[in-house]
Amino acid sequence: MGTHSMKVFKSMILALSILGLAACSSTGDEEAAAQTADTSGIDATTAAAQRAEAERLAREREAQQRIEQAALNTKVFYFDFDVSEFMASDRDVLAIHGRNLAANSGTRVRLEGHADERGTREYNLALGERRANSIRDYLVVNGASLSQIETVSYGEERPADQGQTEAAYRLNRRVEIK
Amino acid sequence: MKNVFQFLLLGFLFTRVASAADLNIEITQGIDNPIPIAIVPFTWEGANALGEDVAAVVSADLQQVGEFRALGRANMLSMPDEAAEVYFRDWRILAQDYLLIGKINHSPGSQLVQVQYEFFDVTREQKLIGEVLTGSVEQLRDIAHEISNVVYEQVTGNRGAFSTEILYVSAEFVSQDLTYYRIEKADYDGHRSQVLVESQEPLMSPAWSPDGRQIAYLSFETDLPRIYIQEIGTGERRQITNFPGINSSPVWSPDGTKLAMVLSKDGSPDIYVMDLMSNQLTRLTDHPRVDTEPSWTADSRSVVFTSDRTGQPQIYMVPVAGGPGGFAERLTFDCFYCAKGRFLPDGKNLVHVRRETREDNSYGIAVFNMDSQRVITLTDTSLDESPSVAPNGSMIMFATKVNGRGILDAVSIDGRVKFRLPSAQGDVREPSWSPFLN
Repeated sequence: MGTHSMKVFKSMILALSILGLAACSSTGDEEAAAQTADTSGIDATTAAAQRAEAERLAREREAQQRIEQAALNTKVFYFDFDVSEFMASDRDVLAIHGRNLAANSGTRVRLEGHADERGTREYNLALGERRANSIRDYLVVNGASLSQIETVSYGEERPADQGQTEAAYRLNRRVEIK
Repeated sequence: MKNVFQFLLLGFLFTRVASAADLNIEITQGIDNPIPIAIVPFTWEGANALGEDVAAVVSADLQQVGEFRALGRANMLSMPDEAAEVYFRDWRILAQDYLLIGKINHSPGSQLVQVQYEFFDVTREQKLIGEVLTGSVEQLRDIAHEISNVVYEQVTGNRGAFSTEILYVSAEFVSQDLTYYRIEKADYDGHRSQVLVESQEPLMSPAWSPDGRQIAYLSFETDLPRIYIQEIGTGERRQITNFPGINSSPVWSPDGTKLAMVLSKDGSPDIYVMDLMSNQLTRLTDHPRVDTEPSWTADSRSVVFTSDRTGQPQIYMVPVAGGPGGFAERLTFDCFYCAKGRFLPDGKNLVHVRRETREDNSYGIAVFNMDSQRVITLTDTSLDESPSVAPNGSMIMFATKVNGRGILDAVSIDGRVKFRLPSAQGDVREPSWSPFLN
C-alpha cells in the first residue's frame, strides 16, 4: 500500500511539473512578445525556440492523452487456448488501467472472465476466474486497490461468438473490464 | 427485492410448464441381435380415445435401451388382450421370444383407469407375470414405464430405470444481450418436460437430492455464481452459499447428509463439503491450482474431483474424513485432459470426459476400469461433456454439440447402444439422471 501511494504521489508531481513548465513558457512567450519591438534578433530567436518547445510539449501531452484514452477504452483482453495469463502485448494497456484506478480511488471495476466451450463447464468456470485474477493482480501491481476490483467468471456460459470455429473460440477466451 | 424475484420465478414456473418443448428420442445405434418381443396394442373399453398408447410407450422404452426389438404391429397375426386369447404358435412363427398383452378399463365407480397386463415367455409357452395397475388417465405414461420396468427385469434380471427423470439446462439465445436460461425436468425419455427455474443470467450444474425431492444448482441471478437448493414440489428455494469468488458444482452425498461443492474464497477453487444439518463447512483440498467437479463414491466416504495441479486436468480421489491435506490419490494418467469423473454403481468403472492427446482436439465420454486399467471410449462426437449415469448403471446420458446446437445423447456402458434426445429449440446441456424414484 505504501509503495502504491508513493507511486501515485510521484506521478502527480510529474503531472504538476509538466503543467508548471507549460505555464512558465506561456508567460515567457508574452514577455518575449512585449520585448520584441526594441530588442535584438537573438532574443527573437530564443523566443521562437521557446515557442517551438512549448508546442512540442503540448503535442506530446496530447499524444500521451490519446494513448491513455485509447488504452482506457480497450476493455476486452484475449487469451491463448488453455492459458490463464494475459498476453504480453496487453501489458502497457493494462498498466494504464491500473494507474487510472490508482489515480481515481472512487472508481470500481468488475473483471468478467470467460473461456471457450471446449472441455468441461465447471473446469472452464475455474479457468475464467484464473484469467480475471491474472488481470486483477497486474492492475494491483500498477497501483489499483483490491477493494476497487470485483472478479467474476462466467466460464463458457456467455460466449461473445456462438460459433464453433477457432476464430469464434479466440473471441470467447477473454476478460472484460466493466 | 429478493422476494419479488422469487415471486416472479414462481410465476414463470406455472405459466411456462405447458409451453416447455418435449424432447423426442431417436435411436442412433442398436445392438446386432436384440431380443425379439411382441407388444400388442392394449385394448381400451372407454368411449373417448386415450391420450397415451401404453403399448407404444413400452415399445419405445425397451427399444431405447437397445436390448430389445419390438415386432411391428402390421406383422401381428392376432391381437389378444388376455391370456385365454393367446396362441403361442402365432408368435413362434414370427420368431418372437416374448409377448406382452394388456387391456385398459374404467375402474368401477371412479374416474380412474385400470391397466391389466400379462407377460409371456413364448419359447416355454409360459406366463411370467401379470398384474393390474390403477391410476388416472394422466398417469398412463407412468403406468407404461412401470410395465417396462417389470418386463426389463424379468428378461435381464436387472432393475429397469424407465420411471426415472432427468434435469437439464436449456438456453434460448435471443440476442447477444438476451438469453433465457432454464432448468427443466423431464421423464428420462425427454417427455413431459417442465421448467423449474428460469433466469436471464446463466444457470448451471443441476443436481438431484438422493430422495428425488430437491435440486441444487448454480445461478448467476445476483451477478455472481451462487448455490441454491429448491423443492421440486413447491418451487420453494433458498440460496445456501454467498462466499467471495466461485461457488459451484453442488453434489449431494448418496446418504443425503452432505453437499460437496467448489469454493474459491481462499484464493483458488477447492473442494468443500457442507454438512446440511449444521451448515458446517469442511475443506477437502488445499491446492493453489484448480480443484473442481466433485462427485461422491457410493459409500459417501470419498470424493472424486478434477485438478490441474500437474498442469493439465486429471482425476483424483480424496477421503472425506481426511480433511484438508488428506492424501489425494491420482486416478488417471495416460490422457491429455481427463475430467468430470464419476463412478458407476459398481464402484470400479470411472466414467469421465477424455481428450486423449493435445493434437486430437476432441472431447469424448470414456469409461476407465480401475481393476483392468482398460479405457473404453464410448462416443465419437467431439464436444462431449457432463456424463450422468442412470441409477441402474445401464446407460450414460451426456451433452454434446451437433450442427452448433447443444443436444443430449445417451449411450450404454458398453458403448453398443445409443439414443439421442434432440430438443425442439435452443441448446440443451448438463443432463442429470435422477435416482430411482419408485
